[in-house]
Amino acid sequence: MSRYVPPEQSKAGQIFDIAIVVVAIFVALWLPLKLGLAGAAKSIDPLDAKTWDALGQNATMASIWEKLGYTPETAHDIIQNRFHYIIDWPTLIIMAVVLVAYFVFLFRASDREYREVINEKFEDK
Amino acid sequence: MTAAVETELTTTIHGDRVSLLRVLGPAHVWALGVGIVLVGEFTGWNFAADKGGALAALIVCWIVGLLYTSVAMIDSEVTSTVAAAGGQYAQAKHIVGPLMAFNVALFLVFAYTMLEVSDAILLGDTIVAKAGVEGLTHNSFIAATIVVLAWLNYRGVLMTLNVNFVITAIAYVSIVILFFSVSPWTQGAVLKLNELVTPANALPYGWIGVIAAFQFGIWYYLGIEGTTQAAEEVRSPARSLPYGTMAGMITLLIAAAMTWYVCASLMPWEYLGITYYPLWDAGKLTGSPLLENLLFIATLLAALASANGCINDAARAWFSAVHPKYRTLYRSILFVLPMALAFAFIADLNQAITFSILSGVLQYTFMSINIMMFRKKWPLGSIRRGYTHPFHPLPAIVLFCLCMVTFFAIFLGFGSQLIAMTVFYFLISLWFHFYRYKFVRRGDQFSMPWPRPQGY
Repeated sequence: MSRYVPPEQSKAGQIFDIAIVVVAIFVALWLPLKLGLAGAAKSIDPLDAKTWDALGQNATMASIWEKLGYTPETAHDIIQNRFHYIIDWPTLIIMAVVLVAYFVFLFRASDREYREVINEKFEDK
Repeated sequence: MTAAVETELTTTIHGDRVSLLRVLGPAHVWALGVGIVLVGEFTGWNFAADKGGALAALIVCWIVGLLYTSVAMIDSEVTSTVAAAGGQYAQAKHIVGPLMAFNVALFLVFAYTMLEVSDAILLGDTIVAKAGVEGLTHNSFIAATIVVLAWLNYRGVLMTLNVNFVITAIAYVSIVILFFSVSPWTQGAVLKLNELVTPANALPYGWIGVIAAFQFGIWYYLGIEGTTQAAEEVRSPARSLPYGTMAGMITLLIAAAMTWYVCASLMPWEYLGITYYPLWDAGKLTGSPLLENLLFIATLLAALASANGCINDAARAWFSAVHPKYRTLYRSILFVLPMALAFAFIADLNQAITFSILSGVLQYTFMSINIMMFRKKWPLGSIRRGYTHPFHPLPAIVLFCLCMVTFFAIFLGFGSQLIAMTVFYFLISLWFHFYRYKFVRRGDQFSMPWPRPQGY
């Protein structure tokens, strides 16, 4: 097998490629934040009676909340802010398909490249 | 153990070959791994309590501990054999292929840069909370932390990791002092676990909450695999890397168990799940000003040690020219700097942690498959290994299964973000494979003096 000689890339081309990677990293990290897609489904389940008892806090818990500077009124939004775990099946399926497709492509394409690397490296052996 | 085979990253300047310095020992490897991770005990792990309750945080502490024990075992074998800077990047290049190496480098840079961002935000927020001054913001503290630590890393690896060893040790000892100061063998005096974690509130969301808690359970140990990045700078990779990594993992398992026990025994799970300073709060709740101040300082030191280690590791994952005088990867350090600064100002702590966790889990999934390929391509006896991990393939299978559970846990909280990031990796992989790869010199990608892999 003949040795592969890559084309020469200009400095400008290299800088452009680096810029693409950096911009792509920024977009991937920033876009979900901008679109408000980050964060879990958490919401407050309000209670009418805002007492330690109604909030499910025993005497020890109540004394610690008070030591931390909270009253039943100010602790209400923390204690009653709950996750609501609902499995959204279409999103779960999309996530699974995207993940599997990504890893399959990654390993198959890597394997093709790896065979070229190995063939060139061991061509004389 | 036998001697590992080593390669070196070198830069040629005016005809002279300049390489990284081999100046580190097992203590530095420990300081790098534990230094990056220990901040997880000071903030982050407790968000697992928010997702599933106090008992869920303990269950994931153990199960995720198993995940990371598998990571440490696998990493010790592969890294002590592929003893080159870049850690998992170098492993991927030699075992899977160039495209995988490109992706792994991105996983590493994402994971470490976002972890560095989280550390800087924590440090800034902690100082602002302590100062209690109206109008004081965390911005200047964040910027100073990132810039000063980048400068330290620029100047030399030995000083960087000596600093890390000292500040990590102080932060660790503070957890031990807190633990023994609250009479852990006696319930009722200071600790009140039975009254705070009751059958009614131990698992408020049931078992789905335990699975959801995996997302932040990762934070107990995220980054221990960073020890591998020092492979090219340790004096004896075959000895130092497995010892440093395993010692680090044992240290962290002990710290995580102590942290959970003290914190869950001092505050209600609803508060534990939302506070940014669980150990500092624990210090406050003991009523001892000495412990409160000790834990405040330890929180700052842990954040500094972690950010410091992350800059070190992100630079080695990105891989570039070696400084002629300081022998550091100075261009990588400078390249990552603006990225860290930018995200420190646009992301909040919770989101930065999630970004880091996502990239970490993608990387662990790769590692579980990578070790299977490594053993298949070069079976035991075919090459010299620095360390051979026992029970193969059990750690790889455990790691893969726990990664799948963690992906599901992330889906329960940050599903859209996971899809967005995977789509990003997919698109950038297409770009690399169909365009960028043409500029890659094929044969140069394999530098280890090993025989041809089996099946190729």
